[in-house]
Amino acid sequence: MSAIGLPLSFRRRRTLPGFRLSLGFTLFYLTTLVLVPLLALVIRPWSLGLDGFWTAMTSPRVLSALRLSFGTALAACVIDSIFGLIIAWVLVRYRFPGKGLLDALIDLPFALPTAVAGIALSTLYAPNGWIGSILMGYGIKVAYTPWGVLVAMTFIALPFTVRTIQPVLAELGRDSEEAAATLGATRLQIIARVALPMLLPAILTGAALAFARAVGEYGSIIFLAGNLPGISEIAPLLIVIKLEQYDYAGAAGIGVVMLAASFLMLLALNALQSWAAKRR
Amino acid sequence: MKKLRKPTEDPLLLKLLLGAIAIAFVGLFLVLPLAVVFQEALAKGLGPALTAISDEDSVAAIRLSLTAAAIAVPLNTVFGVCAAWAIAKFDFPGKTFLVTLIDLPFSVSPVVAGLIYVLVFGAQGWFGPYLLDHDIHILFALPGIVLATVFVTFPFVARELIPLMVDQGRDEEEAAVSLGASGFQTFCRVTLPNIKWGLLYGVLLCNARALGEFGAVSVLSGHIRGLTNTMPLHVQLLYDNYDYVGAFAVAAILAMLALVTLALKTLLEWRYADELAASHRH
Amino acid sequence: MSLVIDSVTKKFQRFPALNGASLTAPQGAFVALLGPSGSGKTTLLRILGGLEQADSGSVRFADLNWLDMPARERKAGFVFQQYALFKHMTVAKNVAFGLEVRPRGERPPAAEIKRRVEELLDLVQLNDLGRRYPSQLSGGQRQRVALARALAIEPRMLLLDEPFGALDAKVRKELRIWLRHIHDKAGVTSVFVTHDQEEAFAVADLVAVMNKGRIEQVGTPADVRRDPRTAFVSEFLSV
Repeated sequence: MSAIGLPLSFRRRRTLPGFRLSLGFTLFYLTTLVLVPLLALVIRPWSLGLDGFWTAMTSPRVLSALRLSFGTALAACVIDSIFGLIIAWVLVRYRFPGKGLLDALIDLPFALPTAVAGIALSTLYAPNGWIGSILMGYGIKVAYTPWGVLVAMTFIALPFTVRTIQPVLAELGRDSEEAAATLGATRLQIIARVALPMLLPAILTGAALAFARAVGEYGSIIFLAGNLPGISEIAPLLIVIKLEQYDYAGAAGIGVVMLAASFLMLLALNALQSWAAKRR
Repeated sequence: MKKLRKPTEDPLLLKLLLGAIAIAFVGLFLVLPLAVVFQEALAKGLGPALTAISDEDSVAAIRLSLTAAAIAVPLNTVFGVCAAWAIAKFDFPGKTFLVTLIDLPFSVSPVVAGLIYVLVFGAQGWFGPYLLDHDIHILFALPGIVLATVFVTFPFVARELIPLMVDQGRDEEEAAVSLGASGFQTFCRVTLPNIKWGLLYGVLLCNARALGEFGAVSVLSGHIRGLTNTMPLHVQLLYDNYDYVGAFAVAAILAMLALVTLALKTLLEWRYADELAASHRH
Repeated sequence: MSLVIDSVTKKFQRFPALNGASLTAPQGAFVALLGPSGSGKTTLLRILGGLEQADSGSVRFADLNWLDMPARERKAGFVFQQYALFKHMTVAKNVAFGLEVRPRGERPPAAEIKRRVEELLDLVQLNDLGRRYPSQLSGGQRQRVALARALAIEPRMLLLDEPFGALDAKVRKELRIWLRHIHDKAGVTSVFVTHDQEEAFAVADLVAVMNKGRIEQVGTPADVRRDPRTAFVSEFLSV
């Protein structure tokens, strides 16, 4: 059997066995499970034709769903970045009893099924719920409004910001802070001018991951949001509704838009990380 | 001499402020919802809660969830091991693309995950007519549910094993092979002991997600009570029908599962930090 | 105005890093703390810089009760072994840092800060590198930036923690001559930690030989070499 014709990298003899088997199975799995269905997703919207696709995607209902999902996800990732930073700071820099418990709890939104989170938040923020009733006193209604979307997204995306910042903060040497102190900076100046700027790449990465998670979230939001078309209907819900109406092309269209957004986010993230690497 | 604060330490006031904010935020957003689940489940006492769980449809839902997980988790574990073996022990072009592809379900909305299978197997999907003709049911039946579960959970084991095995290198395996071990023997006797805790960690997360997945399964299941409802879907059904005790009782089971997962995860991270992928060491 | 260190002790957990270290040096001297690792020299330096707190003992310098002042008030420029430059700031911003964080009343105007930064970069011979980032510089260049940064605050005392430890031999030799020259020009009291005898003897006015948390002998390089007072000192120097 001649090996001529195979690319050089495949011609090299491999010392360990199982290459063809493991790679073969991996590729097979990924192709059938991921690539083929994704292909279906990307192709389907075009059955409407370019014009049809555009009209479908710019209908008021679709636009408002996209605006809600993306806009609220942005707000949620900002909130989670701020509080995630504080929580990561407290977990890494301070010592207090119960810290381990606090640390473990951060992963709750990650481990808890979204439907469970959904009904819990819905009950909590309903007008007669523990928090909802307090807020009603101030005239703020959360359940069944767009604010519900924000609350659910903030819950679901929190671990992404904390867990991204934590290891970077832990690795941050104290040298720079000590140097800043000897140069006359107060503690607040040290935090603002030295520590936080060094954390910026991690903060941004965490924000991007949180955003990506929040945009696609479904289970925890639909119990809390109200789901009124044009007002509190998120994009994933619109996909489900369109599927139920057998508007496969329309559903796929929204899916493609969301996929494209995730892809762009991933690119932005990679660009961010190489920018950060340049300045280190 | 005066007792001075170290320059790298925050002033007490700041510590108290940040600590309070952190605890308040976590308490408000994380602990309260968890507490509500149990409070609502037991709102009418333990009896009604237990009745709700042992209800026929609830038991069917539990069984369905467990079945789907029992199929998806081992499949994805095998996939994860294969993918990690290929990526860590060999060099080949396109590795980065492969790893990105494996990470894909993480960046895709669960609803989109369900959607893509509808587009392939649904009534108006690519294979729709064919399946109809041969009376094969993928959507609104177990296969569809398993598919959705497999898709959303397949990265977990792979993501844990790939960096771990890359970190561990190839030396030991190469030594084993040079001593005459077959591929299978090498894997079982050399690789497996090294990755066992990472593997367990990945399986743990994979399992938790498999039992808890909602969006993707929701799209493919058809929500047929007692037949194609997994636990999360059954929770939704009960809640929509105003059976709050029932909904929260089943939710409480899922919540307890989540807490057990968290506890085991934390345990693994504390005791076996060195044997997990570097990203999990706190 | 001399530096008087009196019986300073410091324990980390149960480990006695400093066991009663004492030293007197005249104003403007270049003092080397010389000793093997674990002798406490870096701990003493960090205490002088305010980065650690002593358990007991006292330090007087420039008529001040040194140990009662927090680090930021001491004006003790510190040069770290790994430079500790602010990676997210340019070289110029690094050097300007000590001037920019001064409280409103004491802060020089922006133009003045710029002038001083240029002056200092000139002094350390890094004139055109103001806009670069630390990651774009060599080790030797980074150390010079660290020194310029420490000098920018017009320090009362200059503290250097094995400043050339991370550099190769040739660069080390060049930099230590140059450091001595800078010291002479600035006239500031300097304390310099090293485990390298040759280096200590080449640059310092006074050498303090340390062992197990105590200063065994202080004297000019010639004195210490000619007349070692303890067994440790004579053994350490004979290698």
